[in-house]
Amino acid sequence: MQPFTYVRPDTLEQALHEAAEPGASVLAGGTTMVDLMRGDLAAPRRVVDIGHLPGLSEIDLSGPVLRFGALARMADAAEDAALKRDYPALAESLQLAASQQLRNAATLGGNLLQRTRCPYFRNGVSACNKRVPGSGCSALDGEDREMALFGISDACVANYPGDWGTALAAFDTAVEIRSAAASRTVPLANFHVAYGDDPARETVLEQGEIVTAITVRATPAGRGSTYAKVRDRQSYAYALVSAAVALEMDGDTVASARVSLGGVASKPWRSAEAEAVLTGATLTEAAGLRAGEAAFAGARPGRHNAFKVELGRRVVARAALTASRRA
Amino acid sequence: MYIGQGIVRQDGRLKVTGGARYAAEFDVPGCLHAVLVQSTIPAGAITGYDTAQAERMPGVVAIITHQNAGALNQHKAAQQTVTHPFLQDGRIVYNGQHVAVAVADTFERAEAAASAVRVRYAPSEAVTVMDESALSRAYKPKQFQNGEKSPDVSRGDEDAAFAGAPVRVEATYETPVEHHNPMEPHATIAMWRGDTVAVWTSTQGISGVQETLASAFGLPKESVTVVCPYVGGGFGCKGNTWPPATIAALAARHVGRPVKLVVTRPQMFTSNGYRPKTIQKIRLGAGRDGRLLSIRHDGFSQMSDPMLGEFSEPVGVVTQMAYSCRNVAVTHRVVPVNQGLPTYMRAPGESSGMFALESAMDEMAHALRMDPLAFRLANYAERDEQKDKPFASKGLRECYSRAADRFGWRQRNPTPGSMRDGRILVGWGMATSTYPTNRRPCHARIVVRSDGTVLVQSGVQDLGTGTYTIMAQCAADRLGVDIARVSAQLGDSRFPQGPVSGGSATAASVLPAIEAAADALLARLAALAALDPHFAQVPPADIRLDGFDLTAPGRRVPVLQVMARAGLHTVDAEGSSAPGDAYKAHSCHSFGAQFAEIRIDPDFGTIRVSRIVSCFEVGRLLNARTGRSQLLGGIVFGIGMALQEETLVDRATGRIVNSNIADYHVPVNADVPDIEVMTVDAPDLATGALGAKGAGELPMVGVAPAIANAVFHATGRRVRKLPIRVEDVLA
Repeated sequence: MQPFTYVRPDTLEQALHEAAEPGASVLAGGTTMVDLMRGDLAAPRRVVDIGHLPGLSEIDLSGPVLRFGALARMADAAEDAALKRDYPALAESLQLAASQQLRNAATLGGNLLQRTRCPYFRNGVSACNKRVPGSGCSALDGEDREMALFGISDACVANYPGDWGTALAAFDTAVEIRSAAASRTVPLANFHVAYGDDPARETVLEQGEIVTAITVRATPAGRGSTYAKVRDRQSYAYALVSAAVALEMDGDTVASARVSLGGVASKPWRSAEAEAVLTGATLTEAAGLRAGEAAFAGARPGRHNAFKVELGRRVVARAALTASRRA
Repeated sequence: MYIGQGIVRQDGRLKVTGGARYAAEFDVPGCLHAVLVQSTIPAGAITGYDTAQAERMPGVVAIITHQNAGALNQHKAAQQTVTHPFLQDGRIVYNGQHVAVAVADTFERAEAAASAVRVRYAPSEAVTVMDESALSRAYKPKQFQNGEKSPDVSRGDEDAAFAGAPVRVEATYETPVEHHNPMEPHATIAMWRGDTVAVWTSTQGISGVQETLASAFGLPKESVTVVCPYVGGGFGCKGNTWPPATIAALAARHVGRPVKLVVTRPQMFTSNGYRPKTIQKIRLGAGRDGRLLSIRHDGFSQMSDPMLGEFSEPVGVVTQMAYSCRNVAVTHRVVPVNQGLPTYMRAPGESSGMFALESAMDEMAHALRMDPLAFRLANYAERDEQKDKPFASKGLRECYSRAADRFGWRQRNPTPGSMRDGRILVGWGMATSTYPTNRRPCHARIVVRSDGTVLVQSGVQDLGTGTYTIMAQCAADRLGVDIARVSAQLGDSRFPQGPVSGGSATAASVLPAIEAAADALLARLAALAALDPHFAQVPPADIRLDGFDLTAPGRRVPVLQVMARAGLHTVDAEGSSAPGDAYKAHSCHSFGAQFAEIRIDPDFGTIRVSRIVSCFEVGRLLNARTGRSQLLGGIVFGIGMALQEETLVDRATGRIVNSNIADYHVPVNADVPDIEVMTVDAPDLATGALGAKGAGELPMVGVAPAIANAVFHATGRRVRKLPIRVEDVLA
């Protein structure tokens, strides 16, 4: 960890002002930021603590747009009865993430910003274009079991680790962003940046900007949704593969489908290919598997993660069947 | 009798309320903080350091490198001494080797300074991973099992017997590098006063630390005080005295102030050993009647550069005695790579070796179309055929039958993939467990104090297993006093010397010493009483301790009254013990049977352990509560070995990839199923006075093969490489 100045502004306006200072970073729940700082992966000169700011932790599911304050805790949303009933995929993605202790502390906004678990990035030493642009990618020829199959390049094959972001990607989600000068709303699909030529950049967030809320357009597909996650242990592990599926059904036929994938891409990954196969299909296990196959048709596996193609196909199928039963 | 009862652990309340003080938590005034700097290349030489920037940072007191560390004696002082790297030279033999230490007034400042130290290297070629292609580098270990045993052992003619065997199984098994990852990292506070040094350190062996530091700094042993009242988990990685403890003392001497050095979690992966990767080639020959005709077990174990020392995972030692077989050949080889020195990790050799042997036994049972348990019973060893000695005790037959009955083994359909619960594949597997009964010389002292309390002291360690509690139980029983009066103290080099807590030997070593001390104390009290007017003309031999009174026919005087009359505030006595002739005349082992049920989602390949039933023969179970906990904990450790634990190494750089406990998995609560443990309570008097055989390592032996065998039973897939993952069983 490097020396830094800690500030704890009283208002969002002050915080935005502080966050605009060069070298400033925002601290909310701290569960990922402090980790990054301890590993010298983030070395802010100024840490702007916003965790206590009022008015940013409301969860409002009543209107045509669901609204999650950026400072709401993961546990608050995971245990929200209305969310569990109307958008089980969102609630499940949180329930299946991290540990209860972390969910109690981590915020919904911060969760979107968690950085890859790629060990070559995390160890602070290996060649890594994300950490030191131009230094190379150790994962390409290294231990790549947990690396991504989508949205990658020869510069970076790292994986986006979040569950919440993945589940949100299946819906019409937007991220509300404030800066001292302005505010803007960015569709989630454009919020994260796939790791192309510039793997150091992971979101469109600029210096001085703070995520204030996440919004989701209300949809009846929420009820027919699920988040399926396969991992190496029963709890407290990142996804090997996960899938969020939300369906509207017309009898046995899929009227509309939303599919997103986790554990396999450099950002929350919406699969239009799987959605196209499901839409209009009679939902059987075979149809689910076809959708899964379509989802992974464009996968670019490495040396140790090819199994995720077949596993992913099945996770999509299982999630589709579960979702259809709820729809 | 307190021994055997489920007495609540004496240190339990302190631990759950935060009152138990661990090494890094001692409040030493003026203490500075040290953070290690580690190499970022796997092989080569240091050509220079750039420390100027780090030295200028706020709060920084010193940056110590091999150029300014000062000379230390690098002779191996004790078996538990590891002398490299002590910051004594610029050679690099692994990635993550200590190359400098930053000392500052706070931990954070020391950490920042450590990251600002620049090291210049001249890299050289490295071999970072032991795989089949590296086996050509294998050599015979020179100090196999500390030089006490031969790496190659055989009986009969394995080659001929295998060639002629009607049924043969031949396979290669692999276990990965695993790290112990105790919750409490290695930590040392060192404080010099003139030419004496006191250290608070987390260790499984305070005596080893004392000898190591005395030797490194050229001091008499008495000038080194080592304190370690609690250990937050060791599992073998605190058995040796690893360089960070010495470096802490070196840094404290260098800056002339107390220094605390806590190894960070990532550094725990390159600072204190690991279970080495093994490649094991096994072949079994059997007759169609199910009798083993031959066993061959060739073990290759990853090693560091020999400069660091030597350790080989003794995978085939257990193979020599596990089953009755005339023709057995076992070899051990080590393969040097650019990694740190490996070390003991819970059941070193037994857990890894039995994964291979017990998997092969399952393969053979399948080839013979025999029930796996029946196959083992058909080859039951009534005596240790390699040592040609009788077992001191062996309750394995009872373990098999009790665990099998409880598990419902008879209902097993032998056909792989035949047992299902809806879509879910169910697998039943079993394996044998065994671990040697170790015992070492040990000393103890008992003190009676004028406030009516009794202290029992020994320089052993409590790894969290309940040593404090059984020490008190043993002393209370032997003295015949209420256990409420008795408290135990350990983990201090000023107490009578005890052995390293390793090899499941602590209970069997310290309890007989306590009994001897108790007997000596009783004699001393009797002699004291004999001088008391109340016992005039009574020979000391006729004076007994009853409750807390000294008695003889017709007379009874409180102990404290006798002490007060003699003007004594304390009365104490010491005792010691060592393995005796009966121990040496036998082959001493504990045994067990492990039965596992697993459930596999065939779509995803996810494996869940749903049930484990085990029965162990550990001699006398000393404390029903802490003993059971230890057995359960060992089984959980085995589940981790089977399904989760694996240290990944980046081949290009030799760097450990998953050096944190988010990415290095151990079981969480949700991974731990209903575990039922039973014990065959049979005191083994050949091994020690109370007949305890050690329960620390035994319970993890056999868990991994029982699970692997269950995976085969569920899927028909034989997975010969640990850990077993989703992709191994994804159909």
